[in-house]
Amino acid sequence: MTDNRRSPLTRRRVLAGTAASLLAAPAIVRAQGGPLKVGVLLPRTGAQAGIGQDCQRGVEIAPGIFKDLGLPDLTIMNGDTETNVEVARARAEKMINDGAQLLVGAFDSGQSTAIAQVAEQKGIPFVINIAAAPPITEQGYKFVFRNFPTAPMILADAFANQKEIFESTGKAPKSVVFMHVNDTFGTAMKNGIGAVMPKFNMPYQLVEQIAYDPTARDLSVEVAKAKAAGAEALLMVSRLNDAILITRELVKQRWSPMAVLSMGPGWYEDQYLKTLGKLADGPMSFVPWYDPNKKLSRELEAALAKAHPDINLNTNHIYTFEALLVAADAYKRAGSTDPKALADAIRATNITNNVSTGPGIQFDAKGQNDKLKNSAIQNRGGKLVTVAPKVASNAQPELPMTPYDKRG
Amino acid sequence: MIAALLDGVPRRVLALLAVVLALLLAAPFIANDYLLTVLILILYFAYTGQAWNIMFGFAGQLSLGHAIFVGLGGYAAAALYVHFGIAPWVGLAGAIALAAACGALIGFLAFRFGVAGVYFAILTIAFAEFARIGFDHFNWVGGSAGLFLPVANYARNDLWNLRGNPAMFYYVMLALTVAAFLLSHVLLRSRIGYCWLAIREDEQAARALGIDTFRYKMVAVVISAAMTSVAGVFFAFYYNNLFPEQVFHISRSIELILAPIIGGVGTLFGPIIGAFLLTSLAEGLREVMTAFGFDAPGAKQVFYGICLLVVVILVPDGVWPPLARALRLTTRRES
Amino acid sequence: MPAEIYLNIAVSGLLTGLVYGLMALGLSVIFGVVRVVNFAHGEMMTIAMYLAIVLFAAFKLDPLVMMMPIAGVLFVFGYALQAGLINPFINRPEHSQFMLLVALAIIIVNVLLMLFGPDARSVQTAYSFDSFLVGALIVDATKVYAGAAAIVVASALFAFFRFARIGKAIRACADNYTGALVVGLDVKRLYALTFGLGAACVGAAGSMLVLLIDVTPTLGPAYTLLAFVIVITGGLGSMPGALLGGVLIGLTEALAGLFFTPSAKSMFAFAILVLVLLFRPQGILGKKPS
Repeated sequence: MTDNRRSPLTRRRVLAGTAASLLAAPAIVRAQGGPLKVGVLLPRTGAQAGIGQDCQRGVEIAPGIFKDLGLPDLTIMNGDTETNVEVARARAEKMINDGAQLLVGAFDSGQSTAIAQVAEQKGIPFVINIAAAPPITEQGYKFVFRNFPTAPMILADAFANQKEIFESTGKAPKSVVFMHVNDTFGTAMKNGIGAVMPKFNMPYQLVEQIAYDPTARDLSVEVAKAKAAGAEALLMVSRLNDAILITRELVKQRWSPMAVLSMGPGWYEDQYLKTLGKLADGPMSFVPWYDPNKKLSRELEAALAKAHPDINLNTNHIYTFEALLVAADAYKRAGSTDPKALADAIRATNITNNVSTGPGIQFDAKGQNDKLKNSAIQNRGGKLVTVAPKVASNAQPELPMTPYDKRG
Repeated sequence: MIAALLDGVPRRVLALLAVVLALLLAAPFIANDYLLTVLILILYFAYTGQAWNIMFGFAGQLSLGHAIFVGLGGYAAAALYVHFGIAPWVGLAGAIALAAACGALIGFLAFRFGVAGVYFAILTIAFAEFARIGFDHFNWVGGSAGLFLPVANYARNDLWNLRGNPAMFYYVMLALTVAAFLLSHVLLRSRIGYCWLAIREDEQAARALGIDTFRYKMVAVVISAAMTSVAGVFFAFYYNNLFPEQVFHISRSIELILAPIIGGVGTLFGPIIGAFLLTSLAEGLREVMTAFGFDAPGAKQVFYGICLLVVVILVPDGVWPPLARALRLTTRRES
Repeated sequence: MPAEIYLNIAVSGLLTGLVYGLMALGLSVIFGVVRVVNFAHGEMMTIAMYLAIVLFAAFKLDPLVMMMPIAGVLFVFGYALQAGLINPFINRPEHSQFMLLVALAIIIVNVLLMLFGPDARSVQTAYSFDSFLVGALIVDATKVYAGAAAIVVASALFAFFRFARIGKAIRACADNYTGALVVGLDVKRLYALTFGLGAACVGAAGSMLVLLIDVTPTLGPAYTLLAFVIVITGGLGSMPGALLGGVLIGLTEALAGLFFTPSAKSMFAFAILVLVLLFRPQGILGKKPS
């Protein structure tokens, strides 16, 4: 019922739409020809509004590229989960009711879980763009697919990439303090560290763990504690606002760690780079990213630069784009909009001409793409360069970080 | 017993109720799943609103932290299910016990020390925030990473473990709401309800009449807490995940009380009317706005806020009293 | 842990607490006199903060310099709000007031979301990254300026209520409503004035706070809650109490974060609130209700 362009309002459409949603809509309406109706559920309002709206950019630039790739058209239906589990579920029901044949979303693990249940019940394929909580693909669902790494995967690659960087630069911190935001993602990462880190034999000791409130506006205490721990480097899991706050505190409290190793969002985002200018350079982020050497990546970068010249290509765009890519590719191979056929087609996905780091997009029996690799990026001169893994990199890592007071 | 329940209720009201109930029972057969989801939401808010109403509308104690009871109930039952495989109907006992204990604690602290009015409301907020931050660090139930309930397949309805399709959840919620409604009705007519009314109107006078205000206020809080925790159990098993940030958040507490306040505090039908109005308003606004192509994030909530404002200014006692008068449904006893 | 850390953090908590105190002062004035539970308090502050950001982005005007004009705008806003919308609700039950202000808060938050988008905004002045080195202490420059400004504004407010005729009239209203009416005070106008003053306080606090934290449209509720905690702890109807409460809460949170896990530091503020509510409900500096 909704699509990208503004539809002219006619009384008949409103009445017809209302009547249709109130009465039973038979399921047979779904399997028909024409463009695939994809419902995109993102948090466009509420606490995660910024991220949801950022993911939307990945949706906007997809159609042009799909045309070039010879992929079929998609009719996008936009939905707002309002950063709320109940709304997410209701929206999913509504979209399926309105004819959505495939769902994409929803950035947040809680909302994605709610949508996944609806999708599984209705037998509508659901391709998760971003959500790192492991349980989602552990439920034995047949219609839920996730093309995004789980928290343990992100951690494992983070440590592997760090070791690669330490080896290639010949320098490594001997001690780190681990600071993390106490929200879903941060806690999942913290829980994973205990299990994953010992396997990698890292050259540094974890001397202190500091958890902070996601809504904290003042992180001076946390940073003071971190500084007092006397570690050489900072291991981080944070969000955007905290990253900016922490950097400011680092400058004000006159502590320049040897490296900032972030295993989450924030330290590479546009707002961070813009707000802090020269003070933004140096931190390394170990995150799900794109391979800059892949052909499609360059096309995606160009498309984004055209639509939004001052925005760097990032995780939100990439993985939302790839979710749609999975949908379009499956539709092409299935040749029908029948949800079961689509789900089977998605399960057999093997896309090597993609954007994200790793061999490509394939799903295991649980619907998880376990072949995804995560990259290491570094802020340099207000831009982002990929420094690890070597096969997917386009620059050499810089270690240690230039101290804040020496940056003119 | 049924005769006693129906005594004094005007025939028009009974007829109307019968029609509404019949429609609600038939809903899964005539409505699609989306509408069913909306109805479940309406019933959920009607139920929790009714539970909250007992504490405030009947006994006059304003609670702005009611989400704590939802959360405690949900987490208790969910934890028992996840860690020990205990079915929710059995886990319910644990949920109710925990919430009732918490309610008793808050009530005891507040009433013994004479905390009332706005101060009581803020005390409830403080407790809810305490619970939120506490559960954020409570690793046995997942902490801030959340508690995920294992989801089995939906092919069959498992009523015992509350796993199944929306129609099953709908009937469970409907049953709960009807039960809450009946319970409130019974309470209102009983001696307890009479004492509550007295306390609400003028506590000092009630005490002068010999009513043990402390005891009755405690009863109100405990009953309200226990009822609300059942909603929490439902919530946990319907959505299958719990995050302290979402479940105990103050916005949840506020969301919960919008329905009874808009519908009519202290009335029997208020919470239900309010829940119906507000949820329909939210969904309806969304439809209208997308139809107009007005998709700016936040616009819907602005209109929602404006509607709330208008209702609060025009009908400060809630929608139900003037509506009931207009439909000539009021009895001597209903306010 | 070296001793300077404790001192650093204590000083930081104290300075931030002063700004919190100023914000809470606005609420204390409103609640203490008009007896309206202003659940849109944090949202009013958010408006002020966005105003400061717009002015800074457009004209490069320092928020501390813009403090008085912004406070002025908020004064008008508060006055209009009270006279226009809130007045009929003064004698209504608390839950009605609550609903009114919650609805207002929803509208404000989402209008701000529509106007400014969800991304966090901040003001970065020339001294945003400065810190003073006092012996072994490292003190954040912006906090010092903000704290100093808070003291100045609070003092001005005290002076107003103590010495200005209107100020004394307002205090009379608060102490004895009927008496004030009998004496012939235009209570309605005084209420509107008071609400405006409270809003102006919050506006000033917002201009200072924007130097310390980033703004998002959903910032309000947390600060409304904080303001209530501070006002109740410090003492309703006591202006020094609000400042004291602010400092106390600021210090507690800072030190709690240091000694325990920072993610739980808010719990201590709530624990203090519960203790105060139970054992000294009039607050530390409040007067026992007659």
